[in-house]
Amino acid sequence: MSDNLTTTRRRFLREGMWGGVLAATTAAGATLAARAKNDRLVWQIDPYKCIACGRCATHCIFTESAVKCVHSYAMCGYCDLCTGYFIPEPKDLTTAAENQLCPTGAIIRTFVEDPYFEYTIVEELCIGCGKCVKGCGAFGNGSLYLQVRHDRCVNCNECAIAAACPSQAFVRVPAEKPYLLKEFK
Amino acid sequence: MSRAFNRSWIVVMLWLGLFSVATAVQRFPPPQFSEPRELPEPTTPPPRSITMETVDVAVLAAALMLAAWLILKKRRRGWIVALMLFSLGYFGFWRQGCICPIGAIGNVTLAIFDASYALPLTVLAFFLLPLLFTLFFGRVFCGAVCPLGMVQDLVLIRPLRIPAWLESGLRLFAWLYLGLALLMAATASALVICRYDPFVAFFRLGANPQLWIISFSVLAVSLFVGRPYCRFLCPYGVILRQLGRLSKYRVTITPDECIHCRLCEDACPFGAIDKPTVEWPDSQRVKARHRARVLLVLLPVIILLGGWIGFKAAPALARSNAVVRLAERIRLEETGLVADRTDESTAFRTTNRTIENLYTEAEAKQQDFVIGSTLLGGAMGLLCGLTLMRTHICFRRDEYEAHRAGCVACGRCYLSCPREHLRRQRRTDLQPAEPSA
Ligand code: SF4
Ligand code: SF4
Ligand code: SF4
Ligand code: SF4
Repeated sequence: MSDNLTTTRRRFLREGMWGGVLAATTAAGATLAARAKNDRLVWQIDPYKCIACGRCATHCIFTESAVKCVHSYAMCGYCDLCTGYFIPEPKDLTTAAENQLCPTGAIIRTFVEDPYFEYTIVEELCIGCGKCVKGCGAFGNGSLYLQVRHDRCVNCNECAIAAACPSQAFVRVPAEKPYLLKEFK
Repeated sequence: MSRAFNRSWIVVMLWLGLFSVATAVQRFPPPQFSEPRELPEPTTPPPRSITMETVDVAVLAAALMLAAWLILKKRRRGWIVALMLFSLGYFGFWRQGCICPIGAIGNVTLAIFDASYALPLTVLAFFLLPLLFTLFFGRVFCGAVCPLGMVQDLVLIRPLRIPAWLESGLRLFAWLYLGLALLMAATASALVICRYDPFVAFFRLGANPQLWIISFSVLAVSLFVGRPYCRFLCPYGVILRQLGRLSKYRVTITPDECIHCRLCEDACPFGAIDKPTVEWPDSQRVKARHRARVLLVLLPVIILLGGWIGFKAAPALARSNAVVRLAERIRLEETGLVADRTDESTAFRTTNRTIENLYTEAEAKQQDFVIGSTLLGGAMGLLCGLTLMRTHICFRRDEYEAHRAGCVACGRCYLSCPREHLRRQRRTDLQPAEPSA
């Protein structure tokens, strides 16, 4: 008899709590849903914060980083002595490998007309090390900069590079506008 | 513009040596081409579309429904394993483990504490669906959907028995992990659950060395200890355990009645099968009641002790926050204790934020850590106390039962029960006979 009573009481307690927790979960879910966005956030680099420290090349969960260099042609000076392309004090201004800053030779230099040269990034070769970005930013127009390439990035919930970035340049941006491109000002 | 002119520019700038990347300067004018020239644009390959994310949510809901049906109604381990393999393939290898409900704890917490972070609806759905299913059907998410659980479940070859006291002790780590994950997410310091995800290295076939080490260690332990991450670390598992205690329906070892044959006693590799209890002798009961009372009186002391440890740990924990670390570094540089600059401090000095502003923000963060860490310590104290107390309370049980919280609904125990064999027999007998010609 008393046993029966305990079981009934326990059942009653459990069912009450069940209802309470269900209501609480639903309410919390609804509150959060009201504030949530039917949108997706993806990682991107704010090029004006990035200091081209080189960690983008090494900290991505992929061995070949999802971060690559992009070139804002409109900002470029088309310089002959491109400080993003050449090492400081190059022997001569030729495309010989020992003159190049890029460790993988991912930048192509093409002659346009005197004295202009166009620089193009070969994305397959770029490892996102930021050496050219640093060179271009320090002495040039800053038209070379790093961006997360969304055909490669799997959008980790916590981006491993963001966690390591010294300048907190990684930000979450809406997936509709997934790039933070530099523009000519 | 001549080459010489370009060169001299460089020399001047090298001399000045003041320029950083972050300062946006247009040093050279745009080229004056002799004929108009269309400038190329950088390509912008789009990320995965939002529609695909919605598909993921639908697949999750479908997998959960199927799991509930297979586990509670169909009761066949073979089918459950088939669903496990699908989930592992889809959520693990195809979707590469992101987003998962476990990691979503971080996003949800971040959304609660940081108004500027807009939680994506799909992430919210991933977080809530398994919770609701657990309230109704028990831990069916753990049983056949969670990719992390599936890896551990499928590689288990020789489960070691873990004594109950060790089990409940180790389980406290999961609580601690959950607490730390909440603290780090609430202070916008890190999403630790994702940072130390045990199997993401496998799912993506790529990771930093640290993640590979974590993955292989958890995998190695999983060969001999049933689901070690689930039982002793998983922060989502902690929540699911509590909801499982209340669930409407749940795994029962026997399809109808327990005949006390003891055949299922060792069937569960996760120690989730409870035996019928034997009545304690009077002397033991008196002693246990006494101990429980002493512990109850001591409980506030244990909580205070935990809180004190948390308070003491706050400065160390706060260092996980980038702002706090940066402020510390800048302070060292400002007081001349260190001469060199780090990447972090260089980056900070290129912005036009004032040092005072940074210090204020860091102090506020540290304050948050003091509060959070003290609360966490207190809560851990309370949990330790309750865990100890529970060993001195006698719960009555008459049958062999799958533990409401501990059962991960893997379906291994069904076939150990002779009543289940009978049920299957009956079902085949009930099948309509072959129509005779
Ligand atoms: S880690 Fe940050 S600062 Fe370094 S290169 Fe990448 S975005 Fe730039
Ligand atoms: S989100 Fe992941 S894949 Fe994308 S850049 Fe960051 S670490 Fe690499
Ligand atoms: S306990 Fe955690 S890791 Fe294990 S199956 Fe459940 S949610 Fe997944
Ligand atoms: S289904 Fe059975 S064997 Fe599997 S966890 Fe639950 S009690 Fe253990």
